Amino acid sequence: MSEALKGKGADNGGTAAGVGGSRSSGSGNGAWQPLIVAFCCNWCSYAGGDLAGTSRLSYPANVRVIRVTCSSRVNPLHVMRAFQRGADGVLIAGCHPGDCHYTSGNYHARRRFSIFARLLEHAGLEPERFQVRWISSSEGDRFAEVMQEMTETIKALGPNERWVDPRWLKIT
Amino acid sequence: MPRVGIFICWCGTNISATVDIQRLLEAARSFPQVVYAGDYRYLCSEAGQALIKEKVREEKLDRVVVGTCSPRMHETTFRQAVAEAGLNPYLLEVANLREHCSWVHRDREEATAKAAALVRAAAAKAVLNTPLTAPQLPVEKRALVIGGGIAGIQAALDIAGAGFDVDLVEREPSIGGRMAQLDKTFPTLDCSACILTPKMVEVAQHPRINLFTYARVEAVEGFVGQFKVKIRHRARSVDPARCTGCGACFEKCPVQVPSEFELGLSRRKAIYVPFPQAVPNIPVIDREHCLYFKKGRCRNCEKNCPAEAIDYEQEDQVTETLYGAIVVATGFDMLNPKPYGEYGYGRHPDVITALEFERLLNASGPTGGKIIRRSNGAPPETVVFVQCVGSRDKARGMDYCSRICCMYTAKQAILLKEKLPHVRAYVFYIDVRTAGKGYEEFHRRAVEEYGVIYLRGNVGKVFPGEDGLVARGVDTLSGELLEIKADLVVLAGAAVARHDAAELGRLVGINSDRYHFFNEAHPKLKPVDTHTAGIFIAGACHAPKDIPDTVAQAGAAAAKAAALLSQDQRQGEACVALVDVSRCAGCLYCREVCPYGAISAVPAEQAGPGQGGEGTVAQVNPALCQGCGSCTVVCRPGAVTLQGFTDQQIVAEVEALCLKR
Repeated sequence: MSEALKGKGADNGGTAAGVGGSRSSGSGNGAWQPLIVAFCCNWCSYAGGDLAGTSRLSYPANVRVIRVTCSSRVNPLHVMRAFQRGADGVLIAGCHPGDCHYTSGNYHARRRFSIFARLLEHAGLEPERFQVRWISSSEGDRFAEVMQEMTETIKALGPNERWVDPRWLKIT
Repeated sequence: MPRVGIFICWCGTNISATVDIQRLLEAARSFPQVVYAGDYRYLCSEAGQALIKEKVREEKLDRVVVGTCSPRMHETTFRQAVAEAGLNPYLLEVANLREHCSWVHRDREEATAKAAALVRAAAAKAVLNTPLTAPQLPVEKRALVIGGGIAGIQAALDIAGAGFDVDLVEREPSIGGRMAQLDKTFPTLDCSACILTPKMVEVAQHPRINLFTYARVEAVEGFVGQFKVKIRHRARSVDPARCTGCGACFEKCPVQVPSEFELGLSRRKAIYVPFPQAVPNIPVIDREHCLYFKKGRCRNCEKNCPAEAIDYEQEDQVTETLYGAIVVATGFDMLNPKPYGEYGYGRHPDVITALEFERLLNASGPTGGKIIRRSNGAPPETVVFVQCVGSRDKARGMDYCSRICCMYTAKQAILLKEKLPHVRAYVFYIDVRTAGKGYEEFHRRAVEEYGVIYLRGNVGKVFPGEDGLVARGVDTLSGELLEIKADLVVLAGAAVARHDAAELGRLVGINSDRYHFFNEAHPKLKPVDTHTAGIFIAGACHAPKDIPDTVAQAGAAAAKAAALLSQDQRQGEACVALVDVSRCAGCLYCREVCPYGAISAVPAEQAGPGQGGEGTVAQVNPALCQGCGSCTVVCRPGAVTLQGFTDQQIVAEVEALCLKR
């Protein structure tokens, strides 16, 4: 079995707070910390994330980025899977409408995910948990802001307990 | 079973100061299928790459994960290293531990935990990586240069000089751009036209350069090596094959319109060349103002043209041409200072912009080189130059320094003093910035030799006094409130992006910063590339810059374009979409969303062996596919995958990131 870091589990009394924390809030050694999976398009948002780094901006470590070619590459099923596996929030970030590296990909993504967001909401997911944002490669500051905001929003909502697959929790 | 090797880079202290490398390595060794995990101080160095190659052989690795800087930085480097070790380069994955982790997080625990998650995700993906091969694609040996200012002129000349055909597109009736509007250039006081016009003529005469003036780029499709560009050649209403450029046509034209070239300081006719040295020296009829086009009568120009070159029936022509590379050199606009009400521009005729002043200085300008006040036609006795109008002005949303104003103001003050030695010249400035060869010396000359008075401070208000204007400002060095009687106030307005830069960026497919200047691919290492391969930028469309820097950048862009065009074939995209014919239902939704027309319908039996099915299925042309992956999501049967970014790979990353946090 693989652990993120040996000796960093919540139940072994280590100093690990933050992303090493446990699922249920308040237990163990630190406050619950949300996990946010961010799908970022390679050309704008991922590059914006790089710029945030190059500019030494700071945002919470709760966000983990998956690099995709385009926001239109993200399948709603990827989002579903993230929620089932315990992500507390999912973000999709792409180029600003009109600026897509592939001309029209983010338009497809925009339509696709505005419908999907409604479906998720209809199914009972708090709408704040699933967000779509446009971040350009020159917006390092915006990238950091979006990550900060999203983390705070999810922190206020608490853990995603309803959608996570309990069998998965046992594995981990 | 895949054998994964993990290599963690310290990046000096860039990663290691925030991420605990030892604990990360320990964690990495516990990830599935990992047989080796090691670290190195600078993995991108030759020794670092050698370590990767050595371990690939020693440990029989068939997947390599590097935890380094952003893949946008060094993915190619490491792919090459992996290839040199005998592996397919696409069996490499990069975990971004620097830009996305160590540089943005301060807490060592948190950063280390996140780094472990990122490496685990990269390893989980790598296990599912498959060998890929990039197709070899043809390169069209012709370049397009957009913009005919000094940047575009230089780029076109240099590309043509390297032996490639170039089409230069300029939307105005003549090339020359901003530089043609300038009187002299700093710091040598060379006459701008004298050094520019020979280059303009060279462009027109160069056998490898096609000059398209009064033309605009309408659409750009395709990709590096194969850009398909639509160009609209606007109707000049003058037959260039017949016109001799004698100028008889505009003498008799009864219409007078403010001249764009002279910034409205003088008037031009409805049939005109923008300035006397125009290249090509062929007039255009401005159909918006021409009496014949408006009211159906006049035709004076036709009657007066000895060459019978006037052609009212001419129509716009749209051509479509293939180009291997594109250089964007569209220049800049000068800020209109009207909204900056404190300076009174637009209200007081004696408040003018620096570019307008430049035209007053110019011997072929609207006043024949006489510096006069527009209010009364008399020469000024006191001239106040105001710096940073709109630049370095956070409150109004423009933080940047326009970079050229300090120097051209020193130049204008010197030229003013040369022409009118008794004039008092004041310059209000925030800082004087004179980085550049010979620039500081030039500025000192303005102060010491010509007695130009520099006052450190902003002008708060320009208002009419008893006799002329008064400029009120604070000298921040003495703390004194100053009121200076000014006959003429010259505003050094910010150099701003072209008003339609965003539109062009969208059309061409390059992105821009928040001021709408085009972005380079890397601020230090790729100053003329854009994020779109095969498209390069030069000159002030990238950021405000002076002529020497513009020329240098144009040369660099040309060298890059020429290097690209010198290849017969170019490596295409390896991560392209692939259709699993056995699953394809033939709905062709994928074809609908493909922005490149890369998907076509083929009869099922042709598509692949073991089919024997009826109907049609989708097929991807890997030479056209750019790998966006849009098609994969619309495919309901899941027949289309994007190689290198398959559903399985993305899901593996998701799961690895969500595992035990």
